[in-house]
Amino acid sequence: MKNRLKVLRAERDWSQGDLADRLEVSRQSVNAIETGRYDPSLPLAFKIAELFEIAIEDIFTSSSKTV
Amino acid sequence: MHKSPALRRYNYTVLGLSLAYIGALFGIVALFRTRPPHGALAYAAAILPALPLVGIFLAWGRYLTDEPDEYVRMLTIRQTLIATGFMLSATTIWGFLESFGLAVHIPAYAAGILWFAGLMLGGCVNIFAVRTGRS
Repeated sequence: MKNRLKVLRAERDWSQGDLADRLEVSRQSVNAIETGRYDPSLPLAFKIAELFEIAIEDIFTSSSKTV
Repeated sequence: MHKSPALRRYNYTVLGLSLAYIGALFGIVALFRTRPPHGALAYAAAILPALPLVGIFLAWGRYLTDEPDEYVRMLTIRQTLIATGFMLSATTIWGFLESFGLAVHIPAYAAGILWFAGLMLGGCVNIFAVRTGRS
């Protein structure tokens, strides 16, 4: 699964640690999600979407989706 | 390094149980050497050093349940599966070697020691997987 987490975080000038604190997860979790090494659970994906105030599908997209 | 309250609680629990294990082990070994107990008391005394180790297994299970970070929990579960697979494989192989008279008998509690060694192996696998971008 691809995601725009790094871009969204950079737009707000947040470090990985800042985002981790806001999501109440570890910095290594944020790093793993950003680099595509770990796909978050649905509850965590919703939490991320709520934090950035955008829809989940505007953050996460299927790896097989070309458009 | 991520250290959740759940991990801190686990670390403190393990520290306390490890001290209890050392105390129980030395005490019971000394007891069996000097005044060997008999009957049910002997069984109870012999089991005593095992109880703190059982407590560590329970504490590990509780940590897995309580860890709030799902990514860290996934890494810890993988570490646990590697430890369990390592222990089961090693004891199975050793058991067959022992059955055919090719290896000496080892006490069953060695399984626990192998499981802890497996946890270290699992930790190394996690570090390698994270550093090489595989997890």
